[in-house]
Amino acid sequence: MQIIVNAQAHEVRAQTLEAALCELGFTSPAIATALNGVFVSRAKRSDVLLTNGDRLEVLAPMQGG
Amino acid sequence: MQVYGTEITSRLLLGTAQYPAPSVLAEAIASSGTEIITLSLRRETADGSGAGFWQGLQQAGCHILPNTAGCHSVQEAVTTAHMARDLFNTAWIKLEVVGHADTLQPDVFGLVEAARILAEDGFQVFPYTTDDLVVGEKLLEAGCEVLMPWGAPIGSGQGLRNPDALRAMRAHFPKVPLIVDAGIGRPSDAAQAMELGMDAVLLNTAVAKAGDPATMGRAMALAVEAGHLGYAADPMPRRDMAVPSTPVLGLAELT
Repeated sequence: MQIIVNAQAHEVRAQTLEAALCELGFTSPAIATALNGVFVSRAKRSDVLLTNGDRLEVLAPMQGG
Repeated sequence: MQVYGTEITSRLLLGTAQYPAPSVLAEAIASSGTEIITLSLRRETADGSGAGFWQGLQQAGCHILPNTAGCHSVQEAVTTAHMARDLFNTAWIKLEVVGHADTLQPDVFGLVEAARILAEDGFQVFPYTTDDLVVGEKLLEAGCEVLMPWGAPIGSGQGLRNPDALRAMRAHFPKVPLIVDAGIGRPSDAAQAMELGMDAVLLNTAVAKAGDPATMGRAMALAVEAGHLGYAADPMPRRDMAVPSTPVLGLAELT
């Protein structure tokens, strides 16, 4: 299926958010996720099933004021 | 001073953005003696650059205060706060709800609403707000235990635009930690904020965009300490006319 990851389209075979992150190469523990604008905690990622067209945001620590 | 039960020795909070290099940021953190640094969340790149930046900063040993910079709605700010808590493992959040893209002025209505939602969910909210007393009251009612009034627009380096309003905040909220956030340009601005009785100063651009950030970090730390001591020492009142400081008694008649 195709999902939108940080505003870019990606094909993924994974069914769960946890597996998709791994497939997409987001292996660092220092990430936070939101699916279709809704926060998904680290603990819930393996329970969340993806559907075609989902919008995934993967955020990481960045400089800030 | 204490913020949300955490004892803080340094009254200077430092932002981590806009430094010319990570090593310069690390030097500025060290020379400023800050114990609280602000961070943000942005889209991770495929090369994992965010994780690398974070690993480097953890060595500084500071408390992390994640922000919701760039959020224009309550929903964005609340979601970002949840992501920050999941990532940084802290209940602290510097809450920003931007009202105007050009002035970066806080949307105080959205700010109060987001603060209430987050405080009820266990967050310890540091709200970036204006110097309005009523907004301050609403933020405290919403569960905030710290207020962060602006000095001037973010990144402007203008210094304190409205010192009288900050003085009024100090008088109105005598027990609430007040941290001036944004607008500080020079050490004298930071000292002025502290002389008004503010508990701490949060700044970023003034250090990051100085020609020598590490030295400016130290200068800001000294200014904050000097201003704080000055406030505690109860400055003399201003006078309109000269009053001789050298005793007049015993003055010789030499004419």
